[in-house]
Amino acid sequence: MREGWEAVIGLEVHAQLNTSSKIFCGCSTVFGREANENTCPVCLGLPGALPVLNRQAVERAGKAALALNLRINRESIFARKNYFYPDLPKGYQISQYDRPFSESGTVEILTSERDEAGRPTEWVLKCFGITRAHIEEDAGKSVHDIGHPEKSHVDLNRAGTPLLEIVSEPDFRSSWEAYDYVNFLRRTLQYVDVCDGNMEEGNLRCDANVSVRRRGAERLGTRVEIKNVNSLRFLQKAIDYEIDRQIIEIESGGRIVQETRLWSDRENRTYTMRTKEDAHDYRYFPDPDLPPLEVSDEWVERLSSGLPELPEARRQRLMKQFDLSVEDASTLTSQRELADYYEGVVTASGNPRAAANWILSELLRELRLAAIGITRCRISAADLGAMIRLIDNGTISGKTAKDLFVEMFATGATPDEIVERKGLVQITDTGEIERVIDETIAANPKQVEGYRSGKTSLIGFFVGQVMKVTGGKANPQAVNEILKKKLG
Amino acid sequence: MIVRERLTIDQIHSMYASGETTPSEVCRQTLERIDAGNGRLNALLCVTRESALARAAAMDAGIGEAITRKPLAGIPVVVKDNLCTAGIPTTCGSRMLEHYLPPYTATAVRRLLDAGAVLVGKANLDEYAMGGSTENSAFGPARNPWNEDYVPGGSSGGSAVAVAAGFVPVSLGSDTGGSIRQPASFCGLVGLKPTYGRVSRYGLVAFASSLDQIGPFSWNVRDSARVLGVIAGHDPHDSTSAAEPVGDYLSGLDGDLRGVRIGIPAECFAEGLDDEVRAAVESGIARLTARGAEIVEVSLPHMKYVIAVYYIIATAEASSNLARFDGVRYGFRADQARTLSELYRRTRDLGFGDEVKRRIMLGTFVLSSGYYDAYYEKAQRVRSMLVDDFAAAFAKCDAIITPTAPTPPFRIGEKSDHPLALYLGDIYTVTINLAGLPAINLPCGMSASGLPIGMQLIGNHFDEARLLRIASAAEQL
Repeated sequence: MREGWEAVIGLEVHAQLNTSSKIFCGCSTVFGREANENTCPVCLGLPGALPVLNRQAVERAGKAALALNLRINRESIFARKNYFYPDLPKGYQISQYDRPFSESGTVEILTSERDEAGRPTEWVLKCFGITRAHIEEDAGKSVHDIGHPEKSHVDLNRAGTPLLEIVSEPDFRSSWEAYDYVNFLRRTLQYVDVCDGNMEEGNLRCDANVSVRRRGAERLGTRVEIKNVNSLRFLQKAIDYEIDRQIIEIESGGRIVQETRLWSDRENRTYTMRTKEDAHDYRYFPDPDLPPLEVSDEWVERLSSGLPELPEARRQRLMKQFDLSVEDASTLTSQRELADYYEGVVTASGNPRAAANWILSELLRELRLAAIGITRCRISAADLGAMIRLIDNGTISGKTAKDLFVEMFATGATPDEIVERKGLVQITDTGEIERVIDETIAANPKQVEGYRSGKTSLIGFFVGQVMKVTGGKANPQAVNEILKKKLG
Repeated sequence: MIVRERLTIDQIHSMYASGETTPSEVCRQTLERIDAGNGRLNALLCVTRESALARAAAMDAGIGEAITRKPLAGIPVVVKDNLCTAGIPTTCGSRMLEHYLPPYTATAVRRLLDAGAVLVGKANLDEYAMGGSTENSAFGPARNPWNEDYVPGGSSGGSAVAVAAGFVPVSLGSDTGGSIRQPASFCGLVGLKPTYGRVSRYGLVAFASSLDQIGPFSWNVRDSARVLGVIAGHDPHDSTSAAEPVGDYLSGLDGDLRGVRIGIPAECFAEGLDDEVRAAVESGIARLTARGAEIVEVSLPHMKYVIAVYYIIATAEASSNLARFDGVRYGFRADQARTLSELYRRTRDLGFGDEVKRRIMLGTFVLSSGYYDAYYEKAQRVRSMLVDDFAAAFAKCDAIITPTAPTPPFRIGEKSDHPLALYLGDIYTVTINLAGLPAINLPCGMSASGLPIGMQLIGNHFDEARLLRIASAAEQL
């Protein structure tokens, strides 16, 4: 950021709650059906149809609110947000306004600026405020350009999908703080299993309010809203672009107009969508079709006690408990199942470092190549742990382990099975190794001479020969020591 | 005057029991009466001739047994045309929905059909139930069978006329601010608006969601009680429908009034009340005391605000409820629109009538930023005070009597240019919707020009059983 300036950023995140049916009717929320297949009189907004609240959506919202340290209001009110749009079938969206589902949370997360290459510079713990998280319904989709240049189409399959809108305080001072916060939200919502968190598919959507002011100034600058950014990286870039644009505008004597802008990832810039003059007056009022949403202390208590350890807490615990770096701990806790897997391997192997290394370097690569997630991995945490134990107790060599790992990944067989079947047990019997070494020395007099005349690099040749004869099962350390002794 | 013999459900059922007639025969006679009278009265917008005859015919064989199980077996009915009926036009009296066919049936109508009723048609109404005369229908006004130059009241005018003209013994209307009780009063019928939440609103095209209720028209209290018993009760499709158990509305209907305390609010007998109406209602009250009722004075201090409060809340909700009629998915769409906003403007300009537009504009205004607190918010506060007024009144009495409308029926066209005068005519009825209470219109006299006058009997929340007992005793006179 330019000297002497400060950016003030607030974020509104819309998270689709992963319920099986819509929020106010029984229609399926399954993605990818024929247009308008998942609809009924309620989500089509037909005359006379009425909404009935899906308690599953409330439960998901409750878990999310608790995971974000929000206070759940024992009574909240659904309100109508009135505006006309073809993909809004009732002419209003059922949302919440002055009495939201949950309010007043603070989250403490690790965040860092990034250098030119995108590498974190220094991780620090910071607190950010969440103003509120309220429940609302999603709209449908307008579809253009499918055959008719002059016609648009409306698909209401998405209309009525439950959303949680999470509104932050204007607490972010840089695009990377915003990035780390949204990433944190995504991980947290995935951890408590209320949102799939896929920004590209639109089940997590983000709007940013950005303003700038001179460092030390009390008053906030005029804010600009950036809407509908569909990836975390674009969000970060859009905010950076907007901060720069605003500072340049002010420094060159202009002023910022309050407006809504969109990010173009093709042009790498934001552009005006609408100015304040065409801003909607949404005429919010309590929805008379829905009674106030009431939740009991017992309900909140039950949800709360069912929550898993949350990703931020887990990341910090893993760092401390297993002496992991921020990056390693972040990757391992990026998904609840992966973190569970890691801890499973640690328990089975008793070697947290090796467990982290195998997962981070080998397992994740194989999963990526196979395009599957950790939940579909054929190596169980117990088996990977058992394999690490086999290395640690000298039963197999590190080299053998790599081959073993590949086979385990492909077949799901246990390490003991494969070691047994293929006779991979490492030869640690020095008598046996000595015998092979003696034969090798006897069979290669020229190389022995070379070694003894100073070409010590020939040691590699002898190790290779011994390994070849033993099928790679000889303990390499023992081979080295005996060779050196015998070759003098 | 073409007011016919007063058909009742019991009469028809006793003829079925004795084998004197059959559902087919009753249905044919019903259709004949409709053919003879509807051209002039314009009570029905649609007659479901074939489906009615087929359904009736299917009942002929087992009708003797059916009447012991199904409270409305073989009874021809009509419902207001803002109640959705699958595959049958549901126009709301609007150009906007002139050709609209709903894919589903309203819960109240479904329950009528399940109880054996035969739907013979859909009744005329003020467009989207907005009005008190049925003159605001896009398909022409309905006429009062007692005198065809007069309005039948509204907005459920067609449903009232269908009973008053002898087409059917019972019908369904909807009541947001008096739309059942006032036409019942103008047509000399019993008309019941149940407690808010007593009857499911699912499939009733919403005017003002916090005020709308569905209810019956009939010649006597007993038939309305029977229909209420059929349509009342919780519906999982309507979150505002009450879990409160449905009472036995038919038992004890012929008792007397000893020990019953009737509250009379002085505020409802003050200025603005027509002398003929006052005299008729007072004679009605006198007849109640003659049967043993005790009169107590009660007070409704916030009565003077009710018209303002009602027209703020009802129009606010309506402005939002009617937003869905935008020409995008169903109903009327203006052609030749070049932009999206032009599509909306032209569709709504051509599709809605004047009164509907007036209320949408009013409602949009009172919800606008900067005006919300002064209008909508304040209206809600007064509304809760009104609820408190009634709670205090019901601590002293079992039912309250007021006039239903401040004047007898008026001539068609007489008030068309005076929307405010029409609004003022709703004073006694809108109060009840704001408080969510049940109320029933009972005929209590005739005007000098030979038109009916009614009085309104108001009960406590979900106290329909008692309200109907008192009403029934009152009508024995």
